[in-house]
Amino acid sequence: MRLSGRFGRFGGCYVPEILVPALEQLEGAFLDAQDDSAFAAELNDLLTNYAGRPTPLTRCRNLPGNIYLKREDLLHGGAHKTNQVLGQGLLAKRMGKTRLIAETGAGQHGVATAIVGSLLGFETVIYMGAEDVERQKLNVFRMELMGARVVPVESGGRTLKDAINEALRDWAASFETTHYLLGTAAGPHPFPTMVREFQRIIGREARAQIQEQLGKLPDAVVACVGGGSNAIGLFADFFDDPVRLVGVEAAGKGLNGEEHGATLLRGTPGILHGAETYILQDSDGQIADTWSVSAGLDYPAVGPEHAHLKDSGRAEYVGATDAEALAAFKALAENEGIICAFESAHALAHALKLTEAEPDGAILVGLSGRGDKDVAQAQALLA
Amino acid sequence: MSRYAAMFDRLNGDGAFGAFLMLGDPDLETSARHLNELVEAGADMIEVGIPFSDPVADGPVIQAAAQRALASGVRVGDCLDLISALRARHSAVPIGILTYANIVVARSGFIRDSSEAGADSLLIADVPTLEAEPFVLEMEQAGIEPVLIAAPNTPDATLERIASLSKAYTYCVSRAGITGTHAAGTFDSKLIGRLEAAGAPPPIFGFGISTPNHVQAALATGARGVICGSAIVDRLSRSGSARELVGLLKSATSNDKVRNDSGAQ
Repeated sequence: MRLSGRFGRFGGCYVPEILVPALEQLEGAFLDAQDDSAFAAELNDLLTNYAGRPTPLTRCRNLPGNIYLKREDLLHGGAHKTNQVLGQGLLAKRMGKTRLIAETGAGQHGVATAIVGSLLGFETVIYMGAEDVERQKLNVFRMELMGARVVPVESGGRTLKDAINEALRDWAASFETTHYLLGTAAGPHPFPTMVREFQRIIGREARAQIQEQLGKLPDAVVACVGGGSNAIGLFADFFDDPVRLVGVEAAGKGLNGEEHGATLLRGTPGILHGAETYILQDSDGQIADTWSVSAGLDYPAVGPEHAHLKDSGRAEYVGATDAEALAAFKALAENEGIICAFESAHALAHALKLTEAEPDGAILVGLSGRGDKDVAQAQALLA
Repeated sequence: MSRYAAMFDRLNGDGAFGAFLMLGDPDLETSARHLNELVEAGADMIEVGIPFSDPVADGPVIQAAAQRALASGVRVGDCLDLISALRARHSAVPIGILTYANIVVARSGFIRDSSEAGADSLLIADVPTLEAEPFVLEMEQAGIEPVLIAAPNTPDATLERIASLSKAYTYCVSRAGITGTHAAGTFDSKLIGRLEAAGAPPPIFGFGISTPNHVQAALATGARGVICGSAIVDRLSRSGSARELVGLLKSATSNDKVRNDSGAQ
């Protein structure tokens, strides 16, 4: 490897030996592409003319305080995920791969991967927990409509973590022809670094936009954290600024119980899915079951750079419960005419708390995705 | 002399037959009985899995075994107790642990405790050579031998690191994939030659062994032994005994048999 792949003590490359050459090849292709202006030009063309960048920065007119929303919900595909699947898709082409595999929880990353598979001409296979396949039939149909094959995963708890296990097993046998298009800034090196770089555009745009609209930097930048790709993409260009960075985890049914996805708040360091990071686990190291109303935050590990940002103190991490997220989801719809993803509603819920404490503070919120996928669930929950 | 070195001496050129099972599958008592049976049926070395909830390097058979063990409430401490009991009954047989990194790092003193329980080696499926050094240092201090994995796509520079970091044996993967899914009888003799040139510990094929023909094909590459995992676990879960299978596979490890059969082809 050319880079260390470490964020303080966290990160690394904990995979079976047979996958190490594939990750080395990927790191090489990524670093070479970073220095290649033709790669940057092609990615930029796709981001602009296919995906619809730059996305707007919207100041909330009716919610209290000074809340600015970075509108990744308006990106093609309906979430920030599209930014990085285009990047990885072009890298897969560059490496001569013909097949993409990906994991998905609720289906957002699966849909994003199906988009790039269709656009760039890959055979595409999406691993999805059998339980999630049942719960998210519409997203399964979307993926299939764009030519992807969805494989229900019956092992373990039949959800996202098991889908990642199965994708890793496929990749161990198929890496010569296949790129594993991991969906977040987690997993073994080089994924956390590479996905951050492909998502950095969120914060780069937002930083320029808020300075133009507000005339200064915000006081706080707030984003939800599951694996952590939208948060790291929003935070990265603010690292050197005097700005609070706040990651919001899924507190689910409450942080005092066991039904949550608050890895950084309640987890302990360990090694899962290729990286040393915070993990929800028992004292033997067995991985715990997690819970969140939002499937995208329902994951027992977290990107290793967030683990480092927590320990170094550069970012702070808090929780928002299912109920708080749902209230923020409703408030945004009623006051601003925007239906956001349940994931993004966690960030907004915390921004509203910050606004109560400091009404004059300016807060930048990563609105990572739109809520179409959650409308049926919201209808049931709000009834 | 380590138990592995003593075993290779005893075998005097015959292949070593390693039998794998998942500790605590389906429960502690049955698993203890199976362990003893594997030794009595002729296994030269015993490899034991400590169950992990998310075994990414394993195929369906071994995943299911780990799930059965965890579902019956088996803890890491129970697994170490099973190893102690096996060691008390069989003082010479090498015992190796195969598990995952999070099991090793979650319990403070796991490596020391494994050594004290009587295990001779430790292979961590998701710790490649690149990340192995801190684990190897701790194993050396605890007196347990590190085992690393080599695959046909592993570069020579890594094989040289394997030679300098590991002991006991080198766990060879015959081709890409996970446990229990390999096409029968495809064993890479080039890998064995490259490992020998690098000076790595004795190569043993760990994937794709379920019949006497596989054993002979694996040993014909110059490998020093084989480990049978999924086939034994599958047999134990179906019929409750792997005595016959172990006896049959062990009988294929004699050096004369390998030479004669290769010569006849």
